[in-house]
Amino acid sequence: MSQIINTYGPLLLSAMGQTLLLALLGLFFGCILGIIFGLMSVVDNKVCNAISLVYVNVIRGVPMIVLAFFVYLGIPYGLKNIGVPLIFSALQAGTICLAVNCGAYMSEIIRAGIQAIDPGQMEAARSLGLTYWRSMFRVVLPQAIKNMIPSIVNQFIITLKDTSILSVIGFPELVNKAQNVIAITFKSFQVWTVVAVMYLVVILALQQVANALERRLNRGRK
Amino acid sequence: MVANNRNVKIHVANLKKDFGNLKVLQDISTDIYEGEVVCIIGPSGSGKSTFLRCLNRLETITSGEVVVDGYHIDDKKININKVRENIGMVFQHFNLFANMNVLQNLMLAPVDLKKATREEAKAEAMRLLDKVGLTDKAESYPSQLSGGQKQRVAIARALAMKPDIMLFDEPTSALDPEMVGEVLAVMKELASEGMTMVCVTHEMGFAREVADRVIFIDEGVILEQGTPEEVFKNPQHPRTIDFLRKVL
Repeated sequence: MSQIINTYGPLLLSAMGQTLLLALLGLFFGCILGIIFGLMSVVDNKVCNAISLVYVNVIRGVPMIVLAFFVYLGIPYGLKNIGVPLIFSALQAGTICLAVNCGAYMSEIIRAGIQAIDPGQMEAARSLGLTYWRSMFRVVLPQAIKNMIPSIVNQFIITLKDTSILSVIGFPELVNKAQNVIAITFKSFQVWTVVAVMYLVVILALQQVANALERRLNRGRK
Repeated sequence: MVANNRNVKIHVANLKKDFGNLKVLQDISTDIYEGEVVCIIGPSGSGKSTFLRCLNRLETITSGEVVVDGYHIDDKKININKVRENIGMVFQHFNLFANMNVLQNLMLAPVDLKKATREEAKAEAMRLLDKVGLTDKAESYPSQLSGGQKQRVAIARALAMKPDIMLFDEPTSALDPEMVGEVLAVMKELASEGMTMVCVTHEMGFAREVADRVIFIDEGVILEQGTPEEVFKNPQHPRTIDFLRKVL
C-alpha cells in the first residue's frame, strides 16, 4: 500500500485534480441548465413546461454511460456524415455529459422546491402589484432555495461521483488513471482502496462545507 | 342601495367563471361604489371567494365584464400589475412572506415598485403598524406571530400600497375565536375612514354593523342583496332565509 502511495500518489492526486475540474465544470453548467429548465417547468406556459418535461425525461431515461458515448463518439460521427466536422475533447464531452445530466436532476429539485412553497405566497406578492418574476425572486425563491439545499448538496455529490463514468471516454480522471496504475502494477486491492479513500475524503469535506452553509442560512430563523 | 351619484369603483356585468365543467359563477352583475362597504355572504362553495379573486384577476374570468377604476380587468393589453397596486387584498391564510420580518413584509411592494424610498416606506410601515397596534412586532417574523397579529400585519401590508379598494377573503375564518375581534376592529376603522371594501365573510355581526350592502351568493348567483337591515331582518329568497337561519 505504502509503495503504491509513494510511487503513484502524485499521479493519483493530479488525477483527482482532473476529477474535481470536470465536476466543477459539470456542476457549474449543470446548475445553469437546472435553473433554466426548473423555472421553465413552473412558469404558466405550456410550451416551456413541455420542453422542460421532455428534457428531464429523456436525460433521466438514458444511462450516463450511453450519454457519454453518444456525445463523445455519436455526435461527431453523425455530424461528419452530414459534412460538419466537429470533434469534442474528452473534457468537452465530459463537461457536456455531466452538465446535461446534472441539469436534469437539478431542474427537478428546483421544480419541486418551488412547488412546495404555498401558492398563497405568490398570490400575495402578485396582489400587491409585483410582477411574476419579482414575486418569484423576492418571495418564492428565497424560501424555496433554503428547502432545496440538502437535495442540491446531494446532487453535487452524485455529480462528483458520476465523473468516474467518464473514464470510459478516456478522460484522465481518477478512475481512468487508477486503471492505468493497475495495468502496470496488478495491485487492484491497494489501488482501489486508495481511490475509494480519496473520493471519500473529498466528499466528506464537501458535506462539511454544505453543513456549514446550511447552518449559516438557518441562523437567526426559527 | 347606496346613492347612485357616487362614483362606480367596481363594475361587474354578466360575470361567468368556469373551472372545467364546473360553473362556479353564473352571470353575476353588480356595481360597487366609492366608499361602499359590501359584505358577501353565502354557503361555502357558493363562489364568493372566486368572485373576489376575479376582481383583481387572481382568477381569469370566463366571460362577462369586470371594470375596476375604469380598467377592464380581463383586457390583456392593460398592465394588471398597475391595476393591482390600487387594490389591496387580504387572504384567509394571511400569506405573509415567510422569508421576511414584519417591516420587510410591509416595505417590499412600495420600495420594489418605486412608490416610496426606503425611508418613506419605513416611516409609512411604522405608521401602519401603529394603526393596527403592532409597532412592537416590526422585527418579528411571521412564524412568531399569532393568527390575529398575522392578519393585522397582512392588512397593514395591503394598506402600504395606499390602495383605494380593499378585498377581504374570509379574513377571520382561520383565526381562533378570541382573535377575531382584533381583526374586525381594524376593518371597522378602515370602513369608517371611507375605504371601498369588499369582504367575503362569515361574520354576520360584522356585516350587519359595518356593511352598506350585503350580497347573498349561492351556487354562483346573486340571490339577494340589500342593506343589512333588509337582508338580515327581512330576507326574501327561501335559500337566504334557510342560510341565515343556520348561521345566525
